[in-house]
Amino acid sequence: MATHAEPSTSGHVLDLPQPLPLDSGRSLAGVRVAYETYGTLNADKSNAILICHALTGDQHVASPHPITGKPGWWIRMVGPGLPIDTDRYFIICANVIGSCMGSSGPASMADDGRPYGMRFPVITIRDMVRAQIALVDALGIDKLHAVVGGSMGGMQVLSLAANFGDRLNAALVIASTSRHSAQNIAFHEVGRQAIMADPAWANGEYYADGVDDPRKVGPEAGLAVARMAAHITYLSEQGLTEKFGRRLQDRDAKTFGFDADFQVESYLRYQGLSFTDRFDANSYLYITRAMDYFDLAEEHGGKLADAFAGTKARFCLVSFDTDWLYPTSESRTIAHALNAAGLPVSFVELSAPYGHDSFLLDVPELDRVVEGFLR
Amino acid sequence: MNAAHPGALRPDLAVIADHIEPGARVLDIGCGDGELLAALTAKGCDARGLEIDPANVAACVGRGLSVMQGDADTDLAYYPDGSVDYAILSQTLQTTRRPDLVIENLLRIAPRGFVSFPNFAHWRVRTSLLVGGRMPVTKLIPVAWYETPNIHHLTIADFRALMAERGIRAERAWFFTNGRASRQRLANFTAEHAVFLVSRT
Repeated sequence: MATHAEPSTSGHVLDLPQPLPLDSGRSLAGVRVAYETYGTLNADKSNAILICHALTGDQHVASPHPITGKPGWWIRMVGPGLPIDTDRYFIICANVIGSCMGSSGPASMADDGRPYGMRFPVITIRDMVRAQIALVDALGIDKLHAVVGGSMGGMQVLSLAANFGDRLNAALVIASTSRHSAQNIAFHEVGRQAIMADPAWANGEYYADGVDDPRKVGPEAGLAVARMAAHITYLSEQGLTEKFGRRLQDRDAKTFGFDADFQVESYLRYQGLSFTDRFDANSYLYITRAMDYFDLAEEHGGKLADAFAGTKARFCLVSFDTDWLYPTSESRTIAHALNAAGLPVSFVELSAPYGHDSFLLDVPELDRVVEGFLR
Repeated sequence: MNAAHPGALRPDLAVIADHIEPGARVLDIGCGDGELLAALTAKGCDARGLEIDPANVAACVGRGLSVMQGDADTDLAYYPDGSVDYAILSQTLQTTRRPDLVIENLLRIAPRGFVSFPNFAHWRVRTSLLVGGRMPVTKLIPVAWYETPNIHHLTIADFRALMAERGIRAERAWFFTNGRASRQRLANFTAEHAVFLVSRT
């Protein structure tokens, strides 16, 4: 991949002055939103693009992750001269509530000075969006030039367009869905059960005194298994076959044991373990729950087209032919609903070998679509 | 060439673009790489497209056009009745599985439609079939029979007969030969290509 100059960034924290109302009927006081910005907001505040991150993503979209030191998760898309051009746009990316990278979540301190743990309220995609809108309000931005997101980020884009339709001009939804299917919920439940079956989970009260980082404690084995199962759903069979096939890991023959004989096993174990260093298990429970609860049509009387009655935004939906987590049919359903609502909508299924994760990887046609749509 | 679309549009597309008023809502079914959509957008129309080829769709979106990837045979059903002022089928009709149903959908979605297609009864096509006994390969029908996307060849007379049968009116018709407008008389023999402006009677 070509290297580009890294955009300069500023990390910020916003403490919401008012409690955040939640779909559960509860409200959350003392909400903190951690976010990064890139580029410069213009005088009439018309060049802001909100990027919404995915399940295990974070606000470090185009700058190094503070814990792992790895480059931002979308540096191939966001930066000077890139499709989401930081020379042209003011980019905002906030950590979703429920997560563990600075925004309020189960590892945050409750009023009694102890971490919330499972006392943290169950949140929804719309609750995450309410926090995003509170941030946009605080930045004094009336209308976003665009809102962009892949996977769970795409769900937030749809929810924002449906619930705050006058706050955006354009919505770009990549590899996403308007509702979680039974299969989607089933995979998430496997992950949650793996976490909760780990004795170290301890009903979510694993945050130890004197440990400054919740990611250093807890049900690491369970969280790793959850990540391994989920990771399979992000890849395609073709991608796994090309990358690993049945090749053995650092050995010439099978061991007739239960070591990671196969490369694919070794890879998944690594993915699982490295994930526990950067993610909080309780956050994983809360965010997967929010995704499972997502059904945009249900929120709007059962008809998806009705969800978009309050917006005039332009939409673009992109799916990938090898994505079986949120397959093309999901994007097409959304596109048809937007069409029925009379909104300007583009929809394209791009060909890429990487499965669901294609939105994060090298797909030149995606770059062209993103750049053209945002312009 | 017309000042409104200086990019030298294909002649059938230029006729269509010239006869759609600024501000009209337009659906271009089978919009290709967006040549006509771009011209219509430039003259202030709310122009959107439907296109089956993903590379073409990506090219359209890349130039800022609103285009849906989809199939005219199946996806027109999702467009509400009367949702646009004009629906356009340019060089698309002969590629659909059920051209009659596509035409019905066209005039359900829009009160008026433009239909443009190559005329299989042009004298050169007739001669080729008569003399050579082979399916013709011409400028407008450039692909051999076994790989052509044109699965329903039709003639101008066929199209007029379908219109009569389905209660569709031809408000206007334009004919082209060698990329230039050609006369109305004996069009089914002399025209390589036809554009009809159709509506419900």
